[in-house]
Amino acid sequence: MAHQIIATGRSRTGIPTGRLAVWWVIGSEILIFGGLIASYLLNRFNHGPSWSVEAANTNTFIGACNTFWLLTSSLFVVYAHAASERRDAAKTRMWIWLTILLGGFFMGFKTYEYATEIHHGFTLFTSNFWSFYYTATGLHGFHVLCGMVILALIAERDVKHEKNWHRVENIGLYWHFVDIVWIFLFPLMYIAK
Amino acid sequence: MAGHNHPSYLKIYIILVVLFAVSVIGPEVAPMFGAYAKAVVLLTAFGIAIWKAYLVCAYFMHLKFEKVYAPYILLACLSLLFVFFFGTATDAMFSNGHNWFKDLDEEAMVKEAEARSYVLNKDSHGDHGDHGHGAHDDHGDEDKAH
Amino acid sequence: MAEVAHAEVGHGDHHDDHHEQSFWSKYIFSTDHKIIGFQYMFTGMAMALIGGYFAYVFRMQLAFPGASIPFWGTLSPAAYNSLVTNHGTIMIFWVAMPVLIAAMGNFLIPLMIGCDDMVFPKVNRLSFQIFLLSAIVLIISFFVPGGGFGGAWTAYPPLSAKAEFNATPFGAPLWLIAVTLEIVAFLLGGINFITTTMNARAKGMKMYDIPIIVWMIVIASILFMCSVGPLVAGAVMLLFDQTMGTAFFDANAGGDPVLWQHLFWFFGHPEVYVVLLPAMGIVGEVTCTFARKKLFAYKLILYSSVGLGILSFFVWAHHQFISGVDPRATYLFTTTTLLISIPVAIIMFAYIATLYGGSIRFTTAMLFGLAFTGEFLLGGVTGIWLGSSGTDIYLHDTYFVLAHFHYTFVPIAIIATFAAIYYWFPKMFGRKMNETWGKIHFWGTIIPFNGIFIPLFILGAGGQHRRIYNYQNFPDLAGADMQDMRVFATVSLIIMLIFQLVFIVNFIVSLKRGEKAGKNPWKANTLEWITESPPPHGNFGATMPEVYRGPYEYSVEGREKDYWPQNEKPEPENR
Repeated sequence: MAHQIIATGRSRTGIPTGRLAVWWVIGSEILIFGGLIASYLLNRFNHGPSWSVEAANTNTFIGACNTFWLLTSSLFVVYAHAASERRDAAKTRMWIWLTILLGGFFMGFKTYEYATEIHHGFTLFTSNFWSFYYTATGLHGFHVLCGMVILALIAERDVKHEKNWHRVENIGLYWHFVDIVWIFLFPLMYIAK
Repeated sequence: MAGHNHPSYLKIYIILVVLFAVSVIGPEVAPMFGAYAKAVVLLTAFGIAIWKAYLVCAYFMHLKFEKVYAPYILLACLSLLFVFFFGTATDAMFSNGHNWFKDLDEEAMVKEAEARSYVLNKDSHGDHGDHGHGAHDDHGDEDKAH
Repeated sequence: MAEVAHAEVGHGDHHDDHHEQSFWSKYIFSTDHKIIGFQYMFTGMAMALIGGYFAYVFRMQLAFPGASIPFWGTLSPAAYNSLVTNHGTIMIFWVAMPVLIAAMGNFLIPLMIGCDDMVFPKVNRLSFQIFLLSAIVLIISFFVPGGGFGGAWTAYPPLSAKAEFNATPFGAPLWLIAVTLEIVAFLLGGINFITTTMNARAKGMKMYDIPIIVWMIVIASILFMCSVGPLVAGAVMLLFDQTMGTAFFDANAGGDPVLWQHLFWFFGHPEVYVVLLPAMGIVGEVTCTFARKKLFAYKLILYSSVGLGILSFFVWAHHQFISGVDPRATYLFTTTTLLISIPVAIIMFAYIATLYGGSIRFTTAMLFGLAFTGEFLLGGVTGIWLGSSGTDIYLHDTYFVLAHFHYTFVPIAIIATFAAIYYWFPKMFGRKMNETWGKIHFWGTIIPFNGIFIPLFILGAGGQHRRIYNYQNFPDLAGADMQDMRVFATVSLIIMLIFQLVFIVNFIVSLKRGEKAGKNPWKANTLEWITESPPPHGNFGATMPEVYRGPYEYSVEGREKDYWPQNEKPEPENR
């Protein structure tokens, strides 16, 4: 960059610009996931008996493991943020990579889970419950994957060179949001049977 | 954000894990409550999900210490979801309306779902014909993991 | 928060860096908000030509069924459906949105709030690139086997979900992908607008010193962001239904087609206000400047538009009164729909009150602004019949609906846009547009516009259904007795399109030969008029402006000049 944009540095609300934008991103994501979850719930209430038979086939154990991975990764990413406030590049990178590792656990378990479900004959087309199941968890998995890639980029491109520290916090907020989505998907898809 | 007096992250995390454990155990112990089983499952599943989400938002995302704009943005988006849900529920949630009905055979759908259910069919001697809410069999989870 | 503290040094000393930029880096891959605004504007104008051409083709078919249409040939029923669908989609998503929100927002927000660029210039560029990609995908979809999507712009399943119903196996998913990309582009752009206005205002600019159009664009962006989420989820579901064979909206397999209508209209209705609010803002600026009078009830307008935004989330099911929603819910939605006319009326009255006692200058921009107020009023008033569930049962899917929403959308997307272009053209390109040709263009637009849609009101009230390819084949839905009016509407449309050539020529000639505008040709107050025309990179040169007063201090008593720029330091004795 040839020069710094003045506008980016201003902060009339008191919230740094990057973080303010992340809040808006999360706000719009709430509505994207929320629209999907609301559609799922409407169908679920309409087709209660048949959908609970279908839902009994989801794998609570894997779902629980994945909840645990994401909860723990949330802790790690908040530690990364704390380390970034101390401008401790080594610690920040370590916590970020641990977060990515747990995201990898999540994706691995997710893959295994999809494989077993498909093996048992439940695909995207089996019934509407499974369509919602794969769409919602798939969309969430896509967000996890994106989060992992961005985390890696921030660790290697920014933190390593000790610049753009605020990005650690911003991606952390996104990661927490992804965690929260899973906190709701878990009871919706795995516990309520 | 340094300098705020928030509780240690580890403490919040431990609370979250305990809550998470309760939400997993909920359906397993729910049958003990008899008629209230369904309420217990809903409470441990969704009540705790909301509590967990609150903890993550408030402490991990620092919303408790953020300027007021941020929680308002999120709450506004959340409240619009409820608007959407309740506006849509009047017809998308029901099979019978004021002057219309959806030509759906729920019984047949249940039968179909039971026929392809893996949990119900992998051991045919089980008494898993019951497809009601909440009363979930308590031996499925470990078996399904492999 | 250490990153907040940058020294506020302007770009004056950086000028040398920008001289030897190539054409590509200056105009195609620029991160400058003004260039991105132009990119949006010109893309939007090009798409408007395509949309206008489509309108010409299908109106010719309606007026002269089966005849060979000049510049097209014979129109098949499938192509007719595809043209109607894409005319609607293009005019809303690729004309109204990019020109009103993206182009005006990009060009005006940083200038009006006194900063050098958007807070995220690269995100801004990405937003335009995604938008351009979406436009290209849409254009490609016209040429795939089966032609462009033909399931109406609302894309109701099952018509939109199954290729055997809409007969466009490739056009339908491509259309859906294009719309989704376009939504993503505007989400990115919207976040940029909101964040910029919240965080990057000039020193001294308080909440109530923000020009009304900036407020309106920001409120519109918030509405867009808050309403579009369920549609994104719905678009993913519909795409799966179309391409992979899931059954989210297939009633035979336990899905619910009405759910899509909810997902769509939960976005679709706020969308009307997303494009209405910037148009209102433009008209507010123009009215105020050329009435030389303080904007009447600034705060009331602001609160009304916020109220309008909130209410707009409670009205969506009035599009679905006869598609199977619960009749008891229609009470609620009728009530909210009628309520929403109150804030709109307040804003309209405030604009009319602004005119009262002003010294009005009938420039072309002002004429378009006044025309917006009058024509939109007609559109709003006819909405009362459609918002009431009883009368809607009769009028639904007739030409009355069509005429109603064109009486709202044409003032928004065409008339207000022209007002904006005539008003800000001097700032954008440094020269004024020719006023005489502008006025010819104005009358050549407004009179044929009414000529198109007043007959369609009568058609609709007579029970003529829309979306009928050839009235001769459907005597129950469209009669031959009203054919003269269809011909009249078509002829009016052709006249209106021909007069747009006047605008295009005027635009191009004025770019080169227009009268030099100088910094502030209209003697307006807002911050964009204190800098050069066109503004340099970095907008304000070496020192960023500081704001001392509201944007509408016209004809203040005791002042020599009848305007008072926002950045002018108050005299010491006035303090």
